Amino acid sequence: MDKRDIIKKRLGAKIISWEETPTHKIYFGVKKEDILETARLLFRELGLRFSTASATDTPSGFEIIYHFVPDGEGQVYSVRLMLEDKKQAQVDSLTPMFPGAEWIEREIWEMLGINFKNHPNLKRLLLAEDWPEGDYPLRKG
Amino acid sequence: MSHKIIVPIGPYHPLQEEPEFFQLFVEGERVEDIDIIIGYNHRGIEKLSESKHFDQVAFLVERICGICSSSHPYAYVLAVEDILGGEAKIVPERAIYIRTIVDELQRIHSHLLWLGLAGHFIGYNTVWMWAWKYREPVLDCFEMITGNRNNYGMIKIGGVRRDIKDEDIPVLKKTLDELSPALDMFKGAIMDDPVIKMRLKGVGVLSRQQIIDWCVVGPTARASGVNMDVRRDAGYGVYDRINWSVIIEKDGDVFAKTIVRILEMYESVGIIRQCLDKMPKGDIDADIKDIPPGEGIGRVEAPRGECFHYIKSDGTNRPIRHKIRAPSYMNVASNKVSVIGSTISDATITLAAVDPCYCCTERLAVINRADNKKVMNGWDLIKLSQEKTLKLKEGLENGRPGAG
Amino acid sequence: MDFRLKALTKSIWIFHASVGSCNNCDIETLDCFTPRFDLERFGIQLIGSLRHADVLLITGAMNRKAVVRMKRLYEQAPKPCLVVACGTCACSQHMFKESYNVREPLDKILPVDLYIPGCPPKPEAIISGVIKLLNKVKRGK
Repeated sequence: MDKRDIIKKRLGAKIISWEETPTHKIYFGVKKEDILETARLLFRELGLRFSTASATDTPSGFEIIYHFVPDGEGQVYSVRLMLEDKKQAQVDSLTPMFPGAEWIEREIWEMLGINFKNHPNLKRLLLAEDWPEGDYPLRKG
Repeated sequence: MSHKIIVPIGPYHPLQEEPEFFQLFVEGERVEDIDIIIGYNHRGIEKLSESKHFDQVAFLVERICGICSSSHPYAYVLAVEDILGGEAKIVPERAIYIRTIVDELQRIHSHLLWLGLAGHFIGYNTVWMWAWKYREPVLDCFEMITGNRNNYGMIKIGGVRRDIKDEDIPVLKKTLDELSPALDMFKGAIMDDPVIKMRLKGVGVLSRQQIIDWCVVGPTARASGVNMDVRRDAGYGVYDRINWSVIIEKDGDVFAKTIVRILEMYESVGIIRQCLDKMPKGDIDADIKDIPPGEGIGRVEAPRGECFHYIKSDGTNRPIRHKIRAPSYMNVASNKVSVIGSTISDATITLAAVDPCYCCTERLAVINRADNKKVMNGWDLIKLSQEKTLKLKEGLENGRPGAG
Repeated sequence: MDFRLKALTKSIWIFHASVGSCNNCDIETLDCFTPRFDLERFGIQLIGSLRHADVLLITGAMNRKAVVRMKRLYEQAPKPCLVVACGTCACSQHMFKESYNVREPLDKILPVDLYIPGCPPKPEAIISGVIKLLNKVKRGK
């Protein structure tokens, strides 16, 4: 069965949006409570590689897109997540599931101030020690 | 009595897009733990990119890394062209061929560079000098077709900036012909040398499962038997129209990583030759004017692995979000598992095996935690690594393999 | 002429440090010491410790985190120590001037004796720069 169908079947109503581009990029949205289940399905069961996560400051909240790649096939599965509350943006960390997400989440945390629950090592990665606390370079406005 | 020693490798580390500062926690000879601190080279390119015009960003991302200076712009333009409908749909055929040629030439020069440095770390300075000697003709080719030895400025949205002239093609082919015997020499020298085998086999092993958990990409992953190559999967360039194969090794040690890189150079030479023969005549630029709103993803197999760019556009002339993930970002993190358990004299080559950089090890220093006094500097550590090779060599000559 | 400076012109030892570069200048500097250009035949050598160095060669835009280290390095250097800014980034910060993680230009932090512009400067340009530096020292700074 196609990976797309498996995802649609397994996640069912948890998928809140689904979009495919002609260039084989698949974007689908889930609620932030469902990210662990989605990641487990994509990473552990379907064997996709976690490529990276892009976080953006949008007018309606922080948007995190997790990009998963099936090696050997041409698609990119991008899981879209919206954190409406900018003051207390928080989402479950993927690092306990696989360590490859550690640096990516640390970077998002320091650049945008999104907290990752259960992250084992949430500390500064790129910015200097004297960087002012509470100042996030990639936030807009 | 056991006393722990911290070995800082760093602090800032120039030769890589992500400079690293490693702290090795050493007990006796064994590396017990490693702490990786990065950020000494962070220039805020993602933020800068949001303040630049779409055409300017290509020049900006070219300066993320000097060694992959065609992979980053290529991944970036692929992301932008993804919004426009894909590379195959809008870019003229000849331009795609030229992009592929530049990208593969860059792979040869990058792998030769790594090979030389790896040789230097284990005390084979001849390998260093020879590899860099054969790298020069490749840079000359770059100078001939792009006008610069590094930072080519070739790739733009919708095509390439310069054409490859007909009279340049024989020169390129001649360079490739002359490169092949050099590659044969390297292959022979490394695959058949008992000392190199003893020095690199079983060192810095990453298992298949570790590769998957740490999301490692590129030659490092392929050396552990993971079948991935973005060139084959992502459908960019002309790789689907050309005969080539993905190089995969099983062992996952430094030796396997070396072999993967050497064999990949042969593939690259083959790809460039076929491209030069098949390249059609025609336009090189589609002359793209506006970028519509939308989001796009571009993936390119850089010499070190998958290079990932994500672009979000709102229809103005600047991206509103540009996410960049360079391959070493994933690979360097995996040092955490590959180094632990090895000896200090093996740490240099293990850290270098993912192709991170040279200068980190140049500024290697052993610090004793008790009085915080430097007892060894960077050269001493490389010397330590080189002495181990020398001892192995002497042991071999005296008929005592494994001595030392 | 100062005895120490005179001795310095005989064989220059270079310590190379990057403060946020893209590697190109670093590689081209290294390239000067490989067979085609081979600066070592003039007694010019790349060394691993600043304490033995006559020249501090700096590449890259001034990164916040690295600048602190850079200052400390310069304090440790035996004087006279000449400072060379190699590449456009080190000379004028290039396109990273407006970045949040880049500090003031190099010549505001350390006394720069020689600027080698170029992105990256070719090995020939670096060699010509070294000769200009030698002449400058011989004339008496």
